Amino acid sequence: MSTTATAPKSSRHEASSLTAGQLPSWSTWVALVASIVVAALLTVAFGGFNLVGALALGALLFLVVMHVWSMSVEGGRKAVDRLAKHLVVAAFVIALIPLVWVIWSTLTQGLPRMDVTFFTNSMRSVVGQGGGLAHALTGTLWVTGIATLISVPIGLLTAVYLSEYGHGRLARGITFFVDVMTGIPSIVAGLFAYSLMTMLRGPGTQNGLAGAIALSVLMIPVVVRSTEELLRIVPNELREASYALGVPKWATIMKVVIPTAISGIVSGVILAIARIIGETAPLMIAAGFTASQNMNPLNNAMMTMPVFVYDQYAHPGVPVAPYHERAWAGALTLILLVMALNLLGRLIARRFAPKTAGR
Amino acid sequence: MSKRIEAKDLNIYYGKFRAVEGVNMVIEPRSVTAFIGPSGCGKSTVLRTMNRMHEVINGAYVEGKLLLDGEDLYGPGVDPVNVRRQVGMVFQRPNPFPTMSIKENVLAGVHLNNKRVNQATQDELCEKALRGANLWEEVKNRLDLPGSGLSGGQQQRLCIARAIAMQPEVLLMDEPCSALDPISTLAIEDLIQELKENYTIVIVTHNMQQAARVSDRTGFFNIAGTGAPGKLIEIGPTEKIFSKPDQQATEDYITGRFG
Repeated sequence: MSTTATAPKSSRHEASSLTAGQLPSWSTWVALVASIVVAALLTVAFGGFNLVGALALGALLFLVVMHVWSMSVEGGRKAVDRLAKHLVVAAFVIALIPLVWVIWSTLTQGLPRMDVTFFTNSMRSVVGQGGGLAHALTGTLWVTGIATLISVPIGLLTAVYLSEYGHGRLARGITFFVDVMTGIPSIVAGLFAYSLMTMLRGPGTQNGLAGAIALSVLMIPVVVRSTEELLRIVPNELREASYALGVPKWATIMKVVIPTAISGIVSGVILAIARIIGETAPLMIAAGFTASQNMNPLNNAMMTMPVFVYDQYAHPGVPVAPYHERAWAGALTLILLVMALNLLGRLIARRFAPKTAGR
Repeated sequence: MSKRIEAKDLNIYYGKFRAVEGVNMVIEPRSVTAFIGPSGCGKSTVLRTMNRMHEVINGAYVEGKLLLDGEDLYGPGVDPVNVRRQVGMVFQRPNPFPTMSIKENVLAGVHLNNKRVNQATQDELCEKALRGANLWEEVKNRLDLPGSGLSGGQQQRLCIARAIAMQPEVLLMDEPCSALDPISTLAIEDLIQELKENYTIVIVTHNMQQAARVSDRTGFFNIAGTGAPGKLIEIGPTEKIFSKPDQQATEDYITGRFG
């Protein structure tokens, strides 16, 4: 870029067919800062300084200024190229705003209550200060654990059927219904589990198992979809190599196809867990509310973290502050848990990835 | 080891499409037979019927008889898995299992079939197969490293080692050198010459010089046009096919007048 200093000015019009005008490397930043400053001054002129207005107006101004500037120096193709690049970056920044905002407000409002009591105490006989989400934490572990135990075998085997065995009408039907399942509203899954429990154990039954059943209805299609995709990208050559060694089909699937895809399968499962661990609506119906520790998923209501957050926020006592603090801290714990699961998924994916090193 | 293959009125189909028709031939044990011909003429298809890999593709089936030492490979009650344990195959592109080390790749046929073999026998089998594939000296110090870390030519010899570790009767090779450089190709061709002492070898190749160099007998396949089934035009001793073939089409193909 610094070579432009020595190049003749507006070389676009020079004789050589290879040279073209180029904006200096600092032009983008100068234009950006200048646009925002001008926009800020404009907001001051029309009724007082406004940060959001200045930034939004500045961004618009920048797009126009940069386009015109580039058009006059570099020509149409590069100007359009710059415009597209700036639009993409703008979209990225806009997409980041809510994410950063959510993390920031959860951190600032949740951190004060992230103390030891919060993780060791339940809400049993707690009014006002103190208390914690120990009961919701164990509840969430129980419910998602059981949901995973139900969903992974069913999802994995369905995916193996679809990618390795299924042809024709049955496979198409299963694929269709898996897609339909992906779209089931989570509240419907909760109602399904609740009415199943009503049929089995009488009306009004709420327990951890019901919550797990509701979550697995949501989790199975996710596991099937991700596993099927991964099994399909295992090269057919590997299957043929295995068949050519006289290996039966089942052993080929178990020992060649699945191991080749295992890293993706495991991280897919963990992402599916991360997806359902924050479900609230089905758990409110199927697993219910409670203030006390319950280690038996077959009997009585079981508190879970999303429901805990909802409960603390929606039904506070007086004064409101400690309830809201617990809600924020619960939300922060949930975010951290999901983040930890995502990291774990990536670690496992790297750990099991096919060996490539060493030549 | 090594068995004779005999095809009688073999018709091969992909669904309704007849890919190859009317193949009659004998492949002698302890020899190298090469299949040559233009693309799409059914050489590979015929090769894949010889260890029942053809039917891995949906809707593919075979009519006629294909005999391995007099036993019909497509007879009632024949288990394709048992056929493939006797008729090994090496593919066009090297395809070592990416999750396995070099040694595990060689012993894949043993391990994947759940055979219980003690450690000493395994080591012995691994060394023997790798020596058989001329790869032992190059990899003996890194048997536990991944097979995908080898060069293309080494990977292909690893695949040959994997196939001969199963101690098959017949070894099928589907354009085994087409993805390799001349040096690696030479290594594989030398290897084929050694392997024919013990195995019946059938090789498909696009390279006529290669067919002339390595094979004892050569079969020429051709198609009348797109959509028409491929046919075995003639098969005979390699010198004869390359010097004075019976059929005009063979001579045209050999001398480069088409294809």
